[in-house]
Amino acid sequence: MSETPEMEFEGVRRRGEAMSPSEVAAWFVREVLPLEGILMQYLHHNWRNQSDITDLRQEVYVRICESARQRLPDHTKRFVLTTARNLIINRMRHEHVVPIEAVADLDALGLAIDAPGPDQIVMARDELRRLQAALDRLPPRCREAVILAHVEGLSGQEIAQRMNIAQATVSEHLANGIRGLTDVVFGDRGRNP
Amino acid sequence: MSDVKEEKFTPAADIEAQAASWLQRRRYWSWSDDDQVALEAWLDESLAHSIAYWRLDAGLGRAERLAALRNPAPDQARLAFSGQDSQPRNRIFPTLTRIAVALAVAAVLGAATALFLLRPHDRTFSTPVGGHETVAFADGSKIELNTDTVLRTRMTTEQRVVWLDKGEAYFQVKHDPVHPFIVIAGDRRVTDLGTAFVMRRDSARLKVAVMQGRVWFDASNRQKPLQSALLTPGDVATATAGAMLVTKDTDRALKTNLSWRHGVLIFKYTPLADAAAEFNRYNRQKLVVADPAVAQLTIYGTFPTNNVELFSRVVRDVLGLHVRANGDDIVISH
Repeated sequence: MSETPEMEFEGVRRRGEAMSPSEVAAWFVREVLPLEGILMQYLHHNWRNQSDITDLRQEVYVRICESARQRLPDHTKRFVLTTARNLIINRMRHEHVVPIEAVADLDALGLAIDAPGPDQIVMARDELRRLQAALDRLPPRCREAVILAHVEGLSGQEIAQRMNIAQATVSEHLANGIRGLTDVVFGDRGRNP
Repeated sequence: MSDVKEEKFTPAADIEAQAASWLQRRRYWSWSDDDQVALEAWLDESLAHSIAYWRLDAGLGRAERLAALRNPAPDQARLAFSGQDSQPRNRIFPTLTRIAVALAVAAVLGAATALFLLRPHDRTFSTPVGGHETVAFADGSKIELNTDTVLRTRMTTEQRVVWLDKGEAYFQVKHDPVHPFIVIAGDRRVTDLGTAFVMRRDSARLKVAVMQGRVWFDASNRQKPLQSALLTPGDVATATAGAMLVTKDTDRALKTNLSWRHGVLIFKYTPLADAAAEFNRYNRQKLVVADPAVAQLTIYGTFPTNNVELFSRVVRDVLGLHVRANGDDIVISH
């Protein structure tokens, strides 16, 4: 796709400059996704209807990536959480006036921003445990497909034969497996098993 | 239509499902140049598509690296399974492989459970006071339960029936002319004709408000005919023991009544007594409006359903009333 040399966008010196799509992708994976646990915690805490949370997360991600195309934020965590806060306030306003105090409550945000980032080493150990738990929580057939794919390295077609189910069903299991594992790896569903 | 603004975007879960479908196809099945072109076209359709894909791709990659799930030698797995100790190259590999194999065995055993779960049967869903939950069904229909609600469902290939035993729920129904979606509340019944509607049942009355489509509102028992009505968007039917009243609500009013879906209560010159009663549906701590003069005062504003404290603070500061705690109650008086 893009033929820009890799070297050019390495490191943090390009803060504040416009980015190409692949740079946005790399930045998103490197800096934003590790914050997903914190973001989700913030959303869970400030939005009552838990079934809206993934939509809110998507909207936060779209907003920050749109903005990152123009200019990379100086402080990713602050930016992510501020975007989430503004989004929630807008959603509340969408219907009506929000009492000042409700908005003030959201400003517990400052606490989240200043909280120390997750320690990478502790995280890794913790994640491994969560990952095992995540595998456990997948529906049995889905888990079986995921394990056949990853442990035995079977292809989709081989899994279909082995499990004696339709290929479309295998696809569904594998897709659900990817989603379940991703949620856990980035620290949401592991929160309340 | 009433919900245009909300429905305009694709739900994140749908986009994520599509992204996962692309990703698994690329990872586990044969992948051609044409597939690649199609994938890129899908990614280019919207930033949300790209983001969902990046996220799952990174998530799967991370899961694999972390757990070293990927491609351990198959015979090593078999060794671990047969209980012999292979010489571990590192500590994580064999342990996880063993777990994985154990899981695989469990998975086979678990298949029976899965079948049981998949078999259509009656299920009960409930929310506690202050609760709020959405249930999605295989047919694409969704039910959103508000506070203190109990409902039962029977979703089979032949019928789709829901009993609203108490409380309030918002229904978004995938229309299916062959299998109507029926909600039964005591002696009343609502049959959807392709629709979004909300039903609230308490001891004295049943209220049905239609946002989209049409519903047929009649008696649940043919032996006991009750007044029936076809309801269209904006219609609100209120049924008590023997009577039914249909009124027309404005779009705005309908939305206000659904504000609980966003976790807020909206009051517009609402008498304090009514506002307190609304709050009491969501909280264990109950508001008590002590005297009738106070009950008549009106309030205007939006409040999180679960924040009685904020509400009483506003009542105290704005209306200049006296607010005090009395055991589990909060008493509002002059």
